[in-house]
Amino acid sequence: MQVALFVTCLVDLFRPSVGFAAVKLLENAGCEVTVPAAQTCCGQPAYNSGDRADARAIAKQVIATFEGYDHVVAPSGSCAGMLRKHYQALLGSDPAWADRAAALASRSHELTSFLTDVCGVDQVDAAYAGTITYHDSCSGLRELDVQKQPRALLATVRDAHLRELPGANVCCGFGGTFCVKYPDVSNRMAEDKAADIVGTGADTVLAGDLGCLMQIAGKLQRQGVNIKVRHVAEVLADQGADPAIGEAQ
Amino acid sequence: MNEATALDFNKNARSAVKDETLRAALQRGGAHFQGNRRAAIDTLPEFDRLRDEGRAIKDEVLENLDHYLEIFETNAQAAGGSVHWARDAAEARNIVLDICRSVDARTVNKGKTMIAEEIGLNEFLEENDIRPVETDLGEYIIQLRHERPSHIIAPAVHLTKGQVEQTFRKEHDDLDPNRSLEEPIELVAEARQVLRQKYFEAEVGITGANFLIAETGSSVIVTNEGNGDLSQILPRVHIVLASLEKVVPTLEDASTLMRLLARSATGQEMSVYTTVSTGPRRAADLDGPEQYHVILLDNGRSGMLGTEFQDMLRCIRCGACMNHCPVYQSVGGHTYGWVYVGPMGAVLTPQFVGVDTANHLPNASSFCGRCEEVCPMRIPLPKMMRHWREQAFEGGQVTGIQRRALKLWAYVAQRPRLYHRLARLPVGVLRRLAGRRGRLRSLPMGTAWTAHRDFPAPQGKTFQEQWAAQGGRTA
Repeated sequence: MQVALFVTCLVDLFRPSVGFAAVKLLENAGCEVTVPAAQTCCGQPAYNSGDRADARAIAKQVIATFEGYDHVVAPSGSCAGMLRKHYQALLGSDPAWADRAAALASRSHELTSFLTDVCGVDQVDAAYAGTITYHDSCSGLRELDVQKQPRALLATVRDAHLRELPGANVCCGFGGTFCVKYPDVSNRMAEDKAADIVGTGADTVLAGDLGCLMQIAGKLQRQGVNIKVRHVAEVLADQGADPAIGEAQ
Repeated sequence: MNEATALDFNKNARSAVKDETLRAALQRGGAHFQGNRRAAIDTLPEFDRLRDEGRAIKDEVLENLDHYLEIFETNAQAAGGSVHWARDAAEARNIVLDICRSVDARTVNKGKTMIAEEIGLNEFLEENDIRPVETDLGEYIIQLRHERPSHIIAPAVHLTKGQVEQTFRKEHDDLDPNRSLEEPIELVAEARQVLRQKYFEAEVGITGANFLIAETGSSVIVTNEGNGDLSQILPRVHIVLASLEKVVPTLEDASTLMRLLARSATGQEMSVYTTVSTGPRRAADLDGPEQYHVILLDNGRSGMLGTEFQDMLRCIRCGACMNHCPVYQSVGGHTYGWVYVGPMGAVLTPQFVGVDTANHLPNASSFCGRCEEVCPMRIPLPKMMRHWREQAFEGGQVTGIQRRALKLWAYVAQRPRLYHRLARLPVGVLRRLAGRRGRLRSLPMGTAWTAHRDFPAPQGKTFQEQWAAQGGRTA
């Protein structure tokens, strides 16, 4: 199966290890992974700022770049949701692009749901000594119904204990540019999320989107809380011994 | 009148998030509404089917709104009622005033109506020497405090019971200082005692309408306190304030929507009181008003038909969107700076006061999507907030550094080779700034982030750089 990895701009810039974890998981599932060099970003900053013209132009570029593969996979529910749900909203009335947008949408997936639902993976070869809690990122949860998939895979990680996070489906306050345009509101939401995470007693919190993870890590670390924050792909790919997000290298 | 302070959203938010009393009230209210809704829906397996039915009813009405309004008007008049059409807030206020003056009204009782808030009715009546008395407990409390509702169904949800007690002690002259008002039931008893007397003083009763029934010409209100009934039955004149989209074809349709409304709002199967009013009292009736008026308010709604905002007119004002909104739950309703709050307010307010004044509201959302998830009418609220952002951007309201930064980013994002070359620069700089640490406590250009949180430093080289260096497949 030919799979193109949509790295996502945040992973590309801040945490390449998530991209390598995704490649490893996909290869273990039998996929041949390509990372098209012509990719940049899915266009959400433009789309959500009301800049429809630029959002359309970027959507077309992504469609053209990722057209030749069986599947397109992103280690992010937010970016996968953009490809799967929103490109059609942007290009649905453009006769030259509507079908191409729909075709890309049908072949685009968030990483953990792709592994379980498309590849049939029901087990990973990984160990993680710790108690893990999991935050559901909003776009993955509500646009793509990603909820059971990461938990099912995490349940097969050796030595790991899963503890449900109360309010796991409540936004962490990242929200793309929202977090810097409305810092006080974003911070209040981050504080609530941090309190819920601390309340679980877990030593590690995971999620499937780097934006949320940077928000959560940044808040916990500012509060001096020693809870490790990682992308779910890193633990599933047995990279759980590497420095967590925001930790010294 | 009824000035919008939505421009100050960020300033309002900054003080709201520091208000620990507000926080306690919001947490209590949010948990209460969310828990009750969940419990009600878990015991109704056909809830999602009901949502589809409700949406279909409203969509049918919105496609044929003129038709159903005319049927409503004909049947309301046949039942002896008067129907008045108001294009905007000023027209609606003047119609109310004319009716009040025609019966020399000095006092009007008000059941809970958001349309009265929308048109700024209370201030207007007071300016014209007519005293409006709110009879809904929450509305009564905020009227005493000279505040706006902070929630469309729980107007005083931002207050704790301690604050309500303080308000009563300050405003109720005959209240014995030694009487206990610690328990909610004692507060209710105190309010009831004061309000009962007022019911008999008013010449006019004003209510809203949850639904207007085309086939019978009736208006329907649902309440939990029974105040609506007393407001409209005791005075000589009953005025119903309703916006155009409240009309539904049949009583059966209203019944379907009521099943959705109560569960989504408070988690009840039905509200305690459902009152159907059809015309004034008839000869054989024991009670009821001598006059029954319905004011149909447009105020820009007909202009939403056929646009990307038409779906918003399906809203049945349950409040589920704000009860589940993490932004609303963080800042409370007053932060939104006008009548309608939370996600539904973020879509409606720009329509009423202009997107230039209310541009913050559709922007102050993380697009988490919980509002759309819980909306009984399946209104795509985030999508409509995005439409407002598009109108603001295309209308040139996004300016300065924000617009330039976005345009520059978009230019680079459409040129992958340039993008990847440029991306290395900030990654390298941030990595060096962080040194051996994994994060930064301050960023010269990023205080909006670092004021509240540390900034995780990049690991080192970009993924693309590393992938190319190790000879990974790129095409």
